[in-house]
Parts: sequence; structure tokens; C-alpha cells
Amino acid sequence: MTRIRVALAVAGVLVLMFPIYWMLRVSVAGTDELSTLPVALWPREWHLENFVEPWRQYPFLRWLGNSVVIAVVSVVATVGINLCAGYAFAKLRFPGRDLLFLLIISTLMVPIQVIMVPQFQLVIDLNLLDSLGGVILPRLAEAFGLFMARQFFLSIPDELLEAARCDGAGHLRTFRSVVLPLSGPLIAVLVIFTFMWRWNEFVWPLIVLTDSDSYTLPVGLQFLIQQFGSNFGPLLAMSFLSILPMLVVFAVFQRYFVEGIARTGIR
Amino acid sequence: MAGRRAEAWAGVVLTSPALLVFTVFMFVPIALTFWYSLHRYSGFGRMRWLGLENYRTIADDPTFWTALRNTAVFTAVSVPLSIALGLGAALLLNRWMPARGLLRALVYVPVVISGVAAGVIFLRLFDPVTGIGNQLLTQAGLPEINWQGNGAAAMVSVIAVTTWQGIGFGMVVYLAGLQGIPREIYEAAAVDGAAGWRRFRRITWPLLAPTTFFLVVYSIITSFQVFDVVYVLTRGGPGTSTTFLVQYAYDQGFNQRRQGYAAAIGMILYVIVLALTIVQWRLRQRRDASL
Repeated sequence: MTRIRVALAVAGVLVLMFPIYWMLRVSVAGTDELSTLPVALWPREWHLENFVEPWRQYPFLRWLGNSVVIAVVSVVATVGINLCAGYAFAKLRFPGRDLLFLLIISTLMVPIQVIMVPQFQLVIDLNLLDSLGGVILPRLAEAFGLFMARQFFLSIPDELLEAARCDGAGHLRTFRSVVLPLSGPLIAVLVIFTFMWRWNEFVWPLIVLTDSDSYTLPVGLQFLIQQFGSNFGPLLAMSFLSILPMLVVFAVFQRYFVEGIARTGIR
Repeated sequence: MAGRRAEAWAGVVLTSPALLVFTVFMFVPIALTFWYSLHRYSGFGRMRWLGLENYRTIADDPTFWTALRNTAVFTAVSVPLSIALGLGAALLLNRWMPARGLLRALVYVPVVISGVAAGVIFLRLFDPVTGIGNQLLTQAGLPEINWQGNGAAAMVSVIAVTTWQGIGFGMVVYLAGLQGIPREIYEAAAVDGAAGWRRFRRITWPLLAPTTFFLVVYSIITSFQVFDVVYVLTRGGPGTSTTFLVQYAYDQGFNQRRQGYAAAIGMILYVIVLALTIVQWRLRQRRDASL
């Protein structure tokens, strides 16, 4: 029985991994090799220059730097905002609390493409067009992270908070010195998910960033599609390099990716 | 009471950064979107008041109805498919097996890849002339498929990519749900002789209902917003056969510069997703009440 399960699981994973394998396989191929059919499943030639050449012609390093800055700044600000607000919505009573939370959650249902027009106007008015700030600021409103934070804090027993307050700690101090130290798993999940969302974000930076030097990796990659046309070797090499930082983050923190959902109480 | 007031004060302090960003970057833009939808507006210069004219135009716009139908078909196929496959992966990988952690991680890998990179990967896979997809079909003795020239095939390719990227999330959420089912229930079921399919049907599936509910709601919301993959893989084509509502709104707003019209499409999209979510919420409450 276990053997059948293992066989099924391995077969499924192989199918799911095939596109990734094929990205790597094509990334070392030359143009001739790809146009002679059938394309061999294992590379015959290794055109490793596919990974290097595009760096000379395109500001790939700038794109990488922009992506890193946007992701890191967004993570710090968004996670801070969502920790504070998530705790307040879960554990503190104040006027209008439930209505506000409902309004915030309802923004999950608004596709970004829908409100991009006024957001774009706003970014122009704030003089943030073609700047990293213009990409970062409007994305600080991240309802799913706030939802996860609230779910997590709901599971903290009230008795614990009351005990801290009996010791004379105010609400803000209780949050800082009792609640936050308990929130390690939540913080890890919020950091990882926010990083992933911002790293992979496409349409908003596509609109805001107009100069090719200020592109992020996904926007730069879409630019390369037009540049390379059917020259798939370097295109897929660059695609792989653009997802590599995310894959490394995932490999290091995958325990939190996979178990974090359970810990924040989504199910 | 001083205690209540201090608590309310702390609540206001802690939520104020969130309220600020949500007000400026969400609530106001949503309200403005509605306001724009009542105007003709090119994105700069003056707006011209139209009242409900944009909405009337939409009702007679065949492309809008095509986009709506495409979105509905896409959602109706891709949501159940990725949830079912996610559940399958979770059931397979819930109990111990060699390299279980690695296998789980690999299933999740497509989730962390950007939609643009995923689009590029499948652009190559589904290339009608030199792609490995058609090569494998030919080797299996099947006819080739024109993934970019045939509307249905293009839709299948978009569904394939989004499902590929969706299975991992479903699996992880279902694994969390499965961990929440107490062991004793299965032990009691074993005493009663329930096993295999019967055990799944009578115990696991009903106890996973909240998980399934969360996933259905979440997946429908995200499937109405799918954009990046389509942008790279099919550009909404051939013709309009993979143009979804978000693509159409984006195209009208940013390419045709009909931002008022795009805003009206956006409002309709928002109302549809909101209505679907509320209906599911109600159905769930009714079902919970009848238990």
C-alpha cells in the first residue's frame, strides 16, 4: 500500500517538475539545436553563454537590485503594519472594529487591474512615477497578510494577555513584550509570503516603471520576450536566473511555506 | 471606564498605519473607480459626465460578454481541477513515506515561480512548431495541436499553467486541514470497520469542509484576477478566446485609453466576485445550520 502511494507521488512530482526541467534543458540549447526536430531530452551541447551574454546587453543586475529593494522594503513595512493591525483586530475592542475589518477583507476581491487607473493617477500626483516608491507604497495595503495575522492572534489565549495586564503592562507593552515574542511562526510566514508576492508582482510595476533601468525582474523578463523573440535559449536562461533568488528563499524556508499555513490557522 | 478607553486607544494606534494605507491606496481608489465609471475619461485632461452610459454600452458589447464567458469557463474548470489535485497530493503525502518533505516541497515549487516566468516556460513547451508538447504528442501517435491558433487549445494551455501553479497551495492548505482532524475519530472509525474510500467519504471529506470552503472562496477570487500568465502566454488570443475580464479592462484602460469604460468593467467584475463570495458564505451558513 505504501509502495503504491510512493509510486503515485513520485510519478506526480515528476510530471509537475517536467516544465522546470525543460526550462533548464532549453536554457543551455543553441538556436540550431532547438529548430531541428525532435529536440533531444538531454542536451547534446552546453551553451552556457546563454546565462552570461544577456548581462552584457541588458541591465539585468539593475533589475535584480530593483527587485531586491522593492521586496525587502515592502516586506519590512507590510509585515509591521499587518502585525499591529492583525493584533488589534483580533484582541482589542474599539469602535467600528468589525466593520473596518470587513471592509479591509473585501478589498481581497478587487483585482488590481480594476483600481489601477486611480492608483496610477495617485502615483503621478505624488510624483512617484518610474520610482521604486511608486511600486512599493500602494502595495502596503495587503489584506491577505492582515487576515493571516488576525487568524494567528485569535488563537492566543486571552488569559495570557490579562495576566500581563495584571502585572501593570499597558496594551501596547503587552503587544510588544508578550505577544510579539510568541509570534515567531507568524512573522516567518508573513515575511515569506509577502516576499513572494512582491518578488513575483508583474502588472503594477509594469505600469509604474517606464525606464528600462528601473524595471524589476518580471518586467525585465517580459521585455526580454520581445527582444529575444524565438531565441529561447537565453530567454529561458534569464527566466531561470529571475526565479533563482525566490527558489533559494523557498529552499531555505520551505518548512515555513509548507507548515506555516497550518500555524496561522487557515484551514 | 478608563480601561475600556485605554483599550480603544491602543486599538486605534495599532490599526492607524493599516487604515492609512488602506484608505489612501484601496478605499479611495475603489470609490474613484466607481466615479470614473460614470464618466468618459482618457486618463488625462477633463472627464465628461456620462451617467450610466458606460454600463449600457457594456450590455451591448460582444467582447465584454465573450470575456465574461471566458472568465466563467476558466474558473469553472481550473478551480475544481486545482482543488481536486491539491487534495489528492495532500492525501498522498499526509502519511509518512520516504522523502515526504522533499516531495511536498517539490509540489510547492511552481507556486513560488512568478507568473511571467511560468508563462515563458510554457510558451516554450506549447510552441506549435518546435515545442516539446507537440513533440511528445507526435511520439505518442497523437495529432499535433495548434496551441496558439486554436481558441480551445489556448484556453487549455492557460488552464494547464494556472493549475500547475495552484496544486501546491491547495495541497498545503489541505495538509493543514488534515492535521486538524483528531486521530481518535479515525481510530473510532477503524473499530467500526470503515476504511479506504468509505472512510474518506464519511469522515475525511466532511471534516475537511471548512478547508474546502476556504479554498473554493480563495481560488475563485484569484481565478477572476488571473493576468500575468495570460499576458505572456496568449495575450488574450487567438482573437479574444482567452481574453478574461481583467485583460479586457486592462486593455480598455491602458491601451485604448478608455479609462471610464475600463472602470465600469472593473466595477462589474468586483460586484460579480463579491456576489459569488456572499452566496458561498450563505450556502455554508445554511449547511452548517442544517447539521
